[in-house]
Amino acid sequence: MNERLLGILVDSFPKILIPGLTRTIPLTAIAFSLAMVIAVAVALAQFANVKVLRQFCRFYIWVIRGTPLLVQLFVVFYGLPRVGVVIEPFAAAILVFSINEGAYAAEIVRAALESVPAGQLEAGYCVGMSYLQVIRRIVLPQALRTAFPSLANSLIAMLKDTSLVSVVTVTEMMMATKQINAIYYEPLALYLETAFIYLMFCTVLTRLQSWGERKLSAYERRGAAA
Amino acid sequence: MMLEARGVAKSFGTLEVLKGVDLRVGQGDVVAILGPSGSGKTTLLRCLNFLERANEGRLTFDGEDFDLAHMGKKDILRLRRKTAFVFQNYNLFLNKTALENVTEGLVTARKMNKPDAVAKAERALERVGLLDRKDHYPSQLSGGQQQRAAIARALAADPEIIYFDEPTSALDPELIGEVLAVMRKLAEEGMTMLVVTHEMNFARNVSTKVVFMEDGAVVEEGPAKEFFEQPKEERVKAFLRSIEHKEAGV
Repeated sequence: MNERLLGILVDSFPKILIPGLTRTIPLTAIAFSLAMVIAVAVALAQFANVKVLRQFCRFYIWVIRGTPLLVQLFVVFYGLPRVGVVIEPFAAAILVFSINEGAYAAEIVRAALESVPAGQLEAGYCVGMSYLQVIRRIVLPQALRTAFPSLANSLIAMLKDTSLVSVVTVTEMMMATKQINAIYYEPLALYLETAFIYLMFCTVLTRLQSWGERKLSAYERRGAAA
Repeated sequence: MMLEARGVAKSFGTLEVLKGVDLRVGQGDVVAILGPSGSGKTTLLRCLNFLERANEGRLTFDGEDFDLAHMGKKDILRLRRKTAFVFQNYNLFLNKTALENVTEGLVTARKMNKPDAVAKAERALERVGLLDRKDHYPSQLSGGQQQRAAIARALAADPEIIYFDEPTSALDPELIGEVLAVMRKLAEEGMTMLVVTHEMNFARNVSTKVVFMEDGAVVEEGPAKEFFEQPKEERVKAFLRSIEHKEAGV
């Protein structure tokens, strides 16, 4: 590797990493948190089987899962200003990502809710708990345990998908790399460098996932406390 | 009478599972409900605790009269807090330890403070001989231990009656004894129990009264001793003969 290239890589590293820490990570964290709120609400609304609510949830999931994330970003960022709704790029990205991820995660949570045996609900009723108490204390904790690996998987996928928001002018890692590449024109080295930073971020998330699964699985381990 | 059900009817689609069943349980009674599979025993029990909604029927509980088919949520909740239910498959809360299984209903449903609930739960676990396993999750307990924990959960609620739905049917043969022993002890202590069971020895030796059901109706009922020694109905005689054969291994 020649000295010029090494110099570019060393020089560009913080310039890519910092947008990662100030844009990519917060965008992922905020949007995913909001997505979880949407997902649990939408999944519970369907689980409770209230017809109107259920239909509304199915419609939301149908639309969001049936259209590309990139198109959704363009509609919100480039499309909505035509009808007077102008949303600042970072906020638009959070909006689109949370609504998009919410639809997918809602399906994961719904499947997990349905996997909780009916006897768990019945036992809750029989100790005198109300429907909401049974959901909050018994069903949801078990469902989230079941859903956890899939949700962690979604989180990792989402972190990488945030690279798409470079096309709506958010200066995250991908955008930063493009700008640096425009100066030096070293696409192979620079994009590999960016890939490496994404890989580091995802490695941390993977570790967190394993740790979380261990924490959550206490009640599933046979004989562990014996 | 502590509990009196009249004309309980329930259909699943076109299948008539209960055809107007009457049932009376007095304070301190241990009533065994016997009968072949599919006779509606379990459905009757589930209707009494609203796990199934009866199509018709009235229930008098503790002097209060209820319409089983049209009871409101509040009344259901209130009635359930006076009763307890032990399931065939235990149905312990899988995400909670044995102790938490017992405290859960006390703290969440009955708003008891935590230390009191724990003390009460420990007493209940002690009664079923499971105090040393209180911090185990259901997955770390044997079937018999899980069912005993479930009985402790029922006891801790100070119910006026405990419904048992085939409490030993899911257990390995060698684990049935420990659960029956706990139930026998409760019966001796005067607990009112309504027990759907296939355990003839329990029905014969522990229950005070037997109700025999077939095809969604009560065929015969009476004091346990009388029922086993001088059954009146031909179908009951046939049933008892078939059980004897099975128990004799023929």
